Parts: sequence; C-alpha cells; structure tokens
Amino acid sequence: MQAVYGLYSDPSRAQRAFDSLRAAGVEEHGIAVVSSVPWEEYEFARRDRRTPMAWLAALGGLLGGVSGYLLAGLTQKAYPIPTGGMAINVPWTNGIITYELTMLGAILVTLITLLISAHIPDWTPRVYDPAVADGCILVGVVNPRHDSRVEIERSLREAGADSIKEANVTNRWRI
Amino acid sequence: MEKSPNQITEDLLRPLLRTSPKYYFAVALLAAVVVVAFAAFGYQAYSGLGVSGLRRPVFWGFYITNFVFWIGISHAGTLISAILRLANATWRRPVTRCAEVITVFALSIGAMFPVIHLGRPWLAFWLIPYPSERQIWPNFRSPLVWDFFAINTYLIGSVAFLTLPILPDWALVRDKASGWRKRVYGFLSLGWRGTPRQWSRLESAMHIMAIVIIPVAVSVHTIVSWDFAMAPVPMWHSTIFGPYFVAGAIFSGIAALILAMACLRKFLHLEDYLKPLHFDNLGKLLLMMSLLWFYFVFAERLTTWYGNEPSEMAVFWTTQQGAYAPLFWTMVFCNFLLPFPILAIKRLRTITGTVIASTAVVAGMWLERFLIIVPSLSHKFLPYNWGTYRPTWVEITIMVGTFAGMALLYALFAKAVPIISIWELKLGLHEKSEVRSQETEGRGKLAFGGQEKLET
Repeated sequence: MQAVYGLYSDPSRAQRAFDSLRAAGVEEHGIAVVSSVPWEEYEFARRDRRTPMAWLAALGGLLGGVSGYLLAGLTQKAYPIPTGGMAINVPWTNGIITYELTMLGAILVTLITLLISAHIPDWTPRVYDPAVADGCILVGVVNPRHDSRVEIERSLREAGADSIKEANVTNRWRI
Repeated sequence: MEKSPNQITEDLLRPLLRTSPKYYFAVALLAAVVVVAFAAFGYQAYSGLGVSGLRRPVFWGFYITNFVFWIGISHAGTLISAILRLANATWRRPVTRCAEVITVFALSIGAMFPVIHLGRPWLAFWLIPYPSERQIWPNFRSPLVWDFFAINTYLIGSVAFLTLPILPDWALVRDKASGWRKRVYGFLSLGWRGTPRQWSRLESAMHIMAIVIIPVAVSVHTIVSWDFAMAPVPMWHSTIFGPYFVAGAIFSGIAALILAMACLRKFLHLEDYLKPLHFDNLGKLLLMMSLLWFYFVFAERLTTWYGNEPSEMAVFWTTQQGAYAPLFWTMVFCNFLLPFPILAIKRLRTITGTVIASTAVVAGMWLERFLIIVPSLSHKFLPYNWGTYRPTWVEITIMVGTFAGMALLYALFAKAVPIISIWELKLGLHEKSEVRSQETEGRGKLAFGGQEKLET
C-alpha cells in the first residue's frame, strides 16, 4: 500500500490541501488526515462526526437496568433468605442495584462503541508520520491512482506543505 | 511567557524520560512503608481481628473510618473533572488528569478496607453473587452490597474516564521515545494515530462519560452514607446523611487535589502549568465547600439538640463536651475556622495558603469520619453497653501504609503517564491564539468602520 502525503504546520494550510485534493477529484473518504490535536473548527476534522454513540449508551443503560432488576429481583426469589416475614423483593433496595447497573451499562456500551467505531486497538500499518507528534498535520492520499499522482503532489505542494512524502505504509507502525 | 507546543511536549515528557536519584529514593521509602503495612495486615490475618482495637460495642473503627475517608477523597477527581469538562472551563486542562488519578487510586485503596476489616479476608468473594452449594445469596437489601455495586461502577467509569484521554498522549510518547519505551508506549497507545474519526469519537465518549459519571459519583458516597443511615444507631439514622457525605467527600477531595497539585508543581517543576490561578480557583471551590460543610454540621447538630432524644443526646454531648470533644473541636478548627479566613481573603489565597488550608481540611475530614463512626457506636441505646475504642499499632500501621501507598501509586503514575494532558493543553493554546486573532481582527474591523464613518 502506497501513500502520498503532505505535512502542514498550520491547520489552515491543511484545510487548503484538503480542499484542493477534493477539487482534484479525490473522494473525501480517500483523503487521510492525521493530527495531534482535534482541530474541530476545520472542515477536514469534522468528517465522521455523526455517531449513534449517545443512543447506544442509552440502550446500554436500558440493558444494564433490566439486568440489574433481574439480578436483584429474580435471584432473590430463587435463593430466598430468611427475612422474618418481611418482603424479599423490595423495589426500594432493588432500585439501587438497578440504578448502578443502568449507569454501568451506559459506561460499558460507550466504551465498546468508542473502541469499535474509532478502530482501537489497531496495530495494522496505516499512514502516519512521527512529525505529527511535533504538531504537524498529515494530509494525504492512500493508494492514489497512478495517473493522478502528479496532480495530488501538486495540490499538496500548492497548499503550502512543509514537506511532501511518499510512504510504503506496510513498513509503518508495526509493533 | 506562553510556551510553544514543542516546549509543552518537552516539559511534560521530561518526568517520563528522565529519572533523578531522588525519585528512586522516594519510591523506595514509600514502598518500604507499604511493605510494613502489608506485614501488619498479614499479622492480623494470621492472628485474627483480636489484634486490632475493635471490641464490643465498637466494631467499626479505623478501618471503616479510612474506608469512608478514601472513598470521599476519590470524589476529587472524576466528579470535579466531569463538571469542569461539561462546563467547558478552560482552566481545567492542567488539572483534570491530576484529579482523575486521585479518584482511581483513592477508590482502589478505599475498597480494600472492607476486606481488611473482614475477620477472614480470604472469604471476601462471598460478596459476589454466584450460585454455590452453600445456597447463600448476597442480601440485596444490605447497604454493603449496594457499596459493592456502586464502588465497582464508579471505579470502572473512572478508569475509563482517566484512560481514554491518555491514549493520544501515550501515542505522543511512542513517537518521542526510543528503545523499550517506544515498544511499550506503542502497545499502550493501542495504535492511536489521531484521525478525525478517532478524535470525534473520543470527544463524544468523554462527553457521555462526563454526563454519566456525575450521578454515579453522587450515588457512591450517598450509598456509603447509607451504610450508616440505614442502621438504627444514635445520630446515624438521618435523612441528611446522603448530601452531608457527598458534600464532605467533595470537600476533602478538592483539598487532596490541591495537595497533589502542589507536590507535582514542586517536584516535577510544573510551575508554568500549575499556576497560582489554578490554586486560586480551587481555593474558591474549597471555600464554598467549607461553608457548605459547616452548614450541614450545624443543621445536623441543631436538629439533634432540638429533638433532645436521650440516646442521641448522649452521643451529642460526648462529642461537644465529653471524651471526643477535643477531636470534635479540632475538626471544626481544621474544616472551618482555619480554612475560612485563609480562603476568603484574596491576599491569603495563595499557593501556600491553599496548601495550608487543604492540609487542615484533609486532617479535619478524617476526624469527621472517625467522629461519625466511633462516638455513635460507643454510645448506643443502653448505657450499660457503652464502651470505648482505642486503635492498636496494627490499625495505625495499615492506615499510614495506605497514605504511603497513595503517594507511591501517584509517583509511579507520574512516571508512566504525562500527569498533565498534553494534547488538551495544546488545544487550549490554539483556542487562545484563535480568540486573540479574532479580537485583533475585530479591532481592525472596528478601526476600519470608524475610518469609514469619518470619511462619510
């Protein structure tokens, strides 16, 4: 897998590169962007913002709550303890277990959704440059068409890239 | 002078990449204290609870005091961090991680105490509901089982809340380090690169977690208070205990956070990051909590005194004028009389001032936990059953060991993880420069508009 990318120390130049790549006919999802800070106010960083994470968290909460209620309610009946004639299944106290497991369900589902949707963990080779750690923003194209390569490099350079690099992605970030 | 992003990286990665002999000495010293505490616990496990000072009628002593104290301290982190995150308080950035770490470690230490308190700690797994031949099922009506669920939920949530924003910083260390560190941090960063998708998902997850974790944090200390309030023991069976404990927890938590920040600032040379502004803001919060704490104590005492119920008055007077009075008035001094003027007068609300106030508050809040538990148990309903409690060296050693353990865990953490979130600081730097450039632009436009007006 080959990649051509430019490194930009300024987010507005990275945005320009992103725009010119699109103008050059590169599809948006084919443009790789990597940064050390979430540049939320720039369009290049606002891709993929839509996520059902909140809804899934609510669903996780619901599932957690139901399992909490079942745990506290049904198992108490299955293993009744002597209560001196008092009710075994008490909604007040079961409510506490239900509440805690509702929250736990929401937390766990949020965590799982994050890991799956953000592709974490992922140690497979992807386009990356250690200069990102110095604050540079990487904008590039992975697997560009052979005939569009010159055009892509020109777009990246004209946008004001600090440097333009080519990389064989399979050699990067293998742990 | 404002630091550049590269200077921030260099400053905050320095403690991870370079280690001074002083650090090794401090870690060895703390570890030695922890080992001694473990030995004391081993001695107690071998000999039985008789080596502690727990005697009829006081069956909850130092261990449960420390349990409540450490769970309270844990409220410093995730709760405060989540509130500041949701409020988008920009000054929070250097503070949040220092705070969140306190939660995870204090909660873990606090959760150890019920096990230490068990006469036979190796049977602690009986608390976990599982079908066994004993046919014994945890009693879901017991507040101790509520504790199990609440503390574990808070611990899982807090670990996630702490760890997720660390991933980008671990990726940064991976890029900056070499040798074995590169491999270790490469593994720990879970392949984080910083794509727009990863950033956006991280932000969403942190937002949801912040919303969820606040009610969980409140519930944890409320449930700890219910360990007491559900029992018909004089001065325990009170509806005020939930909010009273939560307020006290946040109070002691903020104090612990200020102390931790002061230590980090001094020993890791983070003067440019943990600024007087942070201590000033946290000092204001501490002042507010001090007032709130005093309000709760006054409300509780007034209601008890007005009710004049004999069994409650026995506990009341023993803390006001009796054997526990010196501890009670020390607590009032530490939690209100000393911190109030220091924190209320702006000139005194310096780093030194907030550290003095916080030290007093931590000591005062420990005394408060002790005074909630021991005087009530030693003065129950029937006077012939009254007694006293004196901790033994075993309990004192274990307690000192947990303080050393907390410091040790914090020191080890600060060596493995940037104690201040680097990417969040850089983001703040960028936001600041954006605001500045917008202001300059606005001034330019204003000047241009003025010129236009003059011309017309």
